[in-house]
Amino acid sequence: MTPHSVRVTVNGRVYERTIPPRLTLADFLRHELGLTGTHLGCEHGVCGACTVLVDGTSARSCLMLAVQANGAEIRTVEGLKAPDGSLHPIQEAFRQNHGLQCGYCTPGMLMTLVEFLGENPKPTADEVRDAISGNLCRCTGYQRIVDAALDAASRLGSRES
Amino acid sequence: MGVMGTSVLRLEDPALLTGTGRFIDDVPASGALHVAFLRSPEAHALIRRIDTTAARALAGVHAVLTLEDLVPVMTRRAMMGGSRSSKLPDNVIPTALADKEVCFVGQPVALVVAESRYVAEDAVALVEVDYEPLPVVADCRAAMEADSPRVQRGAKSNVLASYNVSYGDVEAAFRDAKHVFGDAFWQHRGGGHSIECRGIFVDCRGPDGLTVWASTQKPHELFQVLADLLDLDENRLRVVTPDVGGGFGPKLIVYPEDVAVAASAKLLGVPLKWIEDRREHFLGAVQERDQYWSMEIAVDADAHILGLRGGLLHDLGAYAYQDVNLPYNSATSVAGPYIVPACSMDVAIAQSNKVPVSSVRGAGYPQPAFAMERLMDRVAAELGLDRAEVRRRNIIPTEKMPYEKPLKARSGAPIVYDSGDYPACQAEVLAAAGWEDFPKRQATARAEGRYIGIGLANAVKGTGRGPFESGMVRITPSGRISIYTGAMAMGQGLRTALAQICADEFGVRAEDVTVVAGDTAMIPLGFGGFASRQLVTAGTSVHLSSKAVAAKARKLASDILKVAEDDLELADGEVRVIAAKQLVLDAKKPRSIGLGDLARVLRGAGGSAFPDGLEPGLEASLYWRSDSLAYANACHVVEVEVDVDTGGVRLIRYVAIQDSGRLINPVIVDGQVHGGIAHGIGNALFEWMGYDDAAQPITTTFADYLLPTATELPAFETLYKESPSPLNPLGVKGAGEVGTIPVTAAIMSAVENALTPFKVRIAQTPISPEQLLELIEKGRS
Amino acid sequence: MKPPPFEYHLARSVPEAVGLLSRLHNAKVLAGGQSLMAMLNLRYVHPDHLIDINRIPELDRIEIRDGVLRIGAMVRQRRIETSAEVRRSAPILCEALQHVGHRQTRNRGTLGGSLCHLDPSAELPALALLYGATVHVAGPSRSRAIAMADFMDSYMTASIASDELVTAVDFPIWDERHGHGFCEFARRRGDFAIAAAGCLMERGPDGGIGRIALAVAGVEAVPVRLAEAEAMLRHQAGSEDVFAAAAEQCRSLKAIGDVHGSAEYRKKVASAMVRRSLASAWERSARGRGR
Repeated sequence: MTPHSVRVTVNGRVYERTIPPRLTLADFLRHELGLTGTHLGCEHGVCGACTVLVDGTSARSCLMLAVQANGAEIRTVEGLKAPDGSLHPIQEAFRQNHGLQCGYCTPGMLMTLVEFLGENPKPTADEVRDAISGNLCRCTGYQRIVDAALDAASRLGSRES
Repeated sequence: MGVMGTSVLRLEDPALLTGTGRFIDDVPASGALHVAFLRSPEAHALIRRIDTTAARALAGVHAVLTLEDLVPVMTRRAMMGGSRSSKLPDNVIPTALADKEVCFVGQPVALVVAESRYVAEDAVALVEVDYEPLPVVADCRAAMEADSPRVQRGAKSNVLASYNVSYGDVEAAFRDAKHVFGDAFWQHRGGGHSIECRGIFVDCRGPDGLTVWASTQKPHELFQVLADLLDLDENRLRVVTPDVGGGFGPKLIVYPEDVAVAASAKLLGVPLKWIEDRREHFLGAVQERDQYWSMEIAVDADAHILGLRGGLLHDLGAYAYQDVNLPYNSATSVAGPYIVPACSMDVAIAQSNKVPVSSVRGAGYPQPAFAMERLMDRVAAELGLDRAEVRRRNIIPTEKMPYEKPLKARSGAPIVYDSGDYPACQAEVLAAAGWEDFPKRQATARAEGRYIGIGLANAVKGTGRGPFESGMVRITPSGRISIYTGAMAMGQGLRTALAQICADEFGVRAEDVTVVAGDTAMIPLGFGGFASRQLVTAGTSVHLSSKAVAAKARKLASDILKVAEDDLELADGEVRVIAAKQLVLDAKKPRSIGLGDLARVLRGAGGSAFPDGLEPGLEASLYWRSDSLAYANACHVVEVEVDVDTGGVRLIRYVAIQDSGRLINPVIVDGQVHGGIAHGIGNALFEWMGYDDAAQPITTTFADYLLPTATELPAFETLYKESPSPLNPLGVKGAGEVGTIPVTAAIMSAVENALTPFKVRIAQTPISPEQLLELIEKGRS
Repeated sequence: MKPPPFEYHLARSVPEAVGLLSRLHNAKVLAGGQSLMAMLNLRYVHPDHLIDINRIPELDRIEIRDGVLRIGAMVRQRRIETSAEVRRSAPILCEALQHVGHRQTRNRGTLGGSLCHLDPSAELPALALLYGATVHVAGPSRSRAIAMADFMDSYMTASIASDELVTAVDFPIWDERHGHGFCEFARRRGDFAIAAAGCLMERGPDGGIGRIALAVAGVEAVPVRLAEAEAMLRHQAGSEDVFAAAAEQCRSLKAIGDVHGSAEYRKKVASAMVRRSLASAWERSARGRGR
């Protein structure tokens, strides 16, 4: 297998690596770059735990090859908090609303919601449920994740104004 | 005013939210090699030949090992057989890797050690195995037949055990009954499917022995099994749980894979890491699977229960990974919250050529609740009574609590429901759900061609299983307050709850308490997380230890400050003179001393006199002992709509009341209730672990095995009652599983109610839309 | 579950992609990857070569010209779903796409990928059939344009050679007053359909059904047009009875079953979906705008 070089920007930082082509984007982020916040739950594209933002849109990083991310801008959960360490409004909303229990699905949920709330700043609960229907959680029953998302929407809304 | 009882924000969250949690695959493991397993593709076969030549020759492969390679570093060929007192026959105890015979698809046969998981999987594909297929037992019912092939070749029988549990005069009950109704139920529960799969990292670098990181619910159990099986010096072995991405039962087992990886690390002298993938979880992690029930209920003319009788057949799978507790749980809790004067349950446990069965959230308790609640609905339907009324007439009345069940424990000790108000819970949730008004709404919907229904079900669950859980509290010279516990965290907010319990004794905030959980090096004794036990057991130990440390601090502070103990309070990390007394103190006398300073004194300062009458260390380790269970209860009401063209079921509304005694952190408990209900909904409408007639698993991905997503689950409306348990000083009860137990029954009750025009009767869980449509069509014709 | 080893090639143009496909043995095209990557991770397929076509600009266009909506093979499903042009000209595509997987999969998944994968339950192939779409295919020596009906060879097998590449799909646009209906039943949101029905309908001058197209997914090995039902429905006034009669054609479909639904069940569900999509299209066509 011929290795390929990639140049990827992750959370604003540029990385250059030479990697085997079959290395998935998820494994690249986790093991090549040490960004272990992105998790693997199924590796066949259903659970959504591995969701990251690729050039601003959510993608299942287990279903992408790292080589495909060459030149792309990736955003992972590690890139959500502010430079001063304060939580992103979505993270704060999850904290305040008990939107996580074991925390394993949480990074994928957060990245999906970052995209969703960017598109739909005033969603209904049903719209939130539809947006996260591709992210499985086994702990929460989703209710408090939905509460957190709606709370996040209003936090983001008031941040803008 | 303390923090117990308040919904403090979880201590666990900041790390988890920022992606800096440390799960098993995140634990730094540079230099470790990676393990992949070759798993049997056959449900039952002899292994005639294993050729690892090609696999070993692949670049990047370090070793390919079978059982024979591991035996030299093990004290016995087979795994441990449950507890020391268990009477499991040898043939149901597996080996770490297959020993010439495989008995379920997915059974580990060999393992590859390689520089990466990618290469390890390449090598697994190159291992050549000659299997000689043997007859397969694909169904535990077939396994019961005398002429059935044996699940394991040469075994005398496929039936592990059959026994009866009974009390009262069942014969008389049925003889004198006005009505006897019977039904047969198929109940199926799938797997745990925590979003994080299993994993173990055995770090044998360095001169200090083995450190084993494992995504396990029972670190001390894993510790002991590895020490025993690998003849390891217990002083040179440590088992640590990292962050665990959900447990739900399957992670409480010590698996063949765990032992195989540890033995391989010992053999090779190389740190080894195995991270289970989802397909392996489908094939190799325990699940609950099938129980076949047959029940009869005897009632008088007024729908009072006179007796129950029946039996269940439990599918064990190919091996027993631990003592077989589930069917006993099922058989002994059929009565639930109702008065059942006589009961006889036959239990049969049969093997099958499928992956072993063990606890998944609920652990054998949802099944008896389903059977009982379906029978109650049947009584209501046959006698033309409201389903809630039938339950009211039989539920243990408030004034009878604490209620001693007619059934005794195996030890002969009484089983007592310690506290709870079952009638009040049912009444409250019915009122909240609008039970009385529903028939009107249903009639309106039917006129519009829509089929809506409402159902209810009750549940009782013993929690806080002993004999103990460790909970040591120590204050160090820095002033840090730390808890060390054998309890472990798998998402349920354990650290926060324990910190809250401890914090109140010192007048500090929960975040001022550090919790070290699930690390055998930090506390030598413990059991871990299962059966909704940790808050009761670890919580009480922590509570008592905290009290003891606080008392010690107060005494020492009294000696040092020369102030009476009654004039001192603990707050903000120090012991200080209470405000009222400060006024009368000499201005030059110190008014307070920090907890850290007290710890420093008790550490012993060279040259100074050690305080009289006190033991060294500002710490206490009290193991609170308990042999009885604190019983939590719940009542659920659900509204559904059924699409009679497709059989699809939509959950419109879900209202649940739960009594888990005193709530240390109400929001955390609420999260547990939501999560428990979600598992139950999966068991009712979605989760089916399918096998074909050759015991080949046919649902091995999340595309085929259906976990409910956010669009399938309703919003949950939850109510709480707090009946403190008199059995522990905190008055707490467990919360994690009682939310699962009544769900399948409540949903089927609602679906039947929606489909009364079609006379549908549901005697199974789960039910698929296709199966429901069949019942509807039968009713149409 | 890690992919087996392969060589990776990034194609920058259609000729380059086709050239690689001609030259390399046991090669697979990597489009959106939402099906292929899962299959690779599960080791269901073992290609020696992957040809990545995600950076070929000419495959990424949506254009309307001469009454035809042409969508490039690599246009992401999410882009089709949210496109104003598509909503104006072929609103059923936007509606149906909401049932296709989840937002993350639609962000990457493509029209061409879905058509080539040809899952019997997939919505996009069924809609292409509904429209009588034309599939443009580029090969080493020539390009061809194939009617969707001919593009579907058999179960999950498209009529495309190993050295050919789908480049675009043409959807002939219906009159702006057409009504559409799309109804699907799946176990969960985003799951493969047990059965789905899509309908396009225009009213005739007499107010009855004029032009009609009706297709079903999830039942037969490939999506199917209900030609008999279409013939029966023409010139009829829409009603529950008329739709139920048309849906009867589902009984004679050559259904195949799997773990999610038996053949018989799929036919029953299809029947209900057909009735509902007909009712929806009828109602919308009356309102005069197929929105």
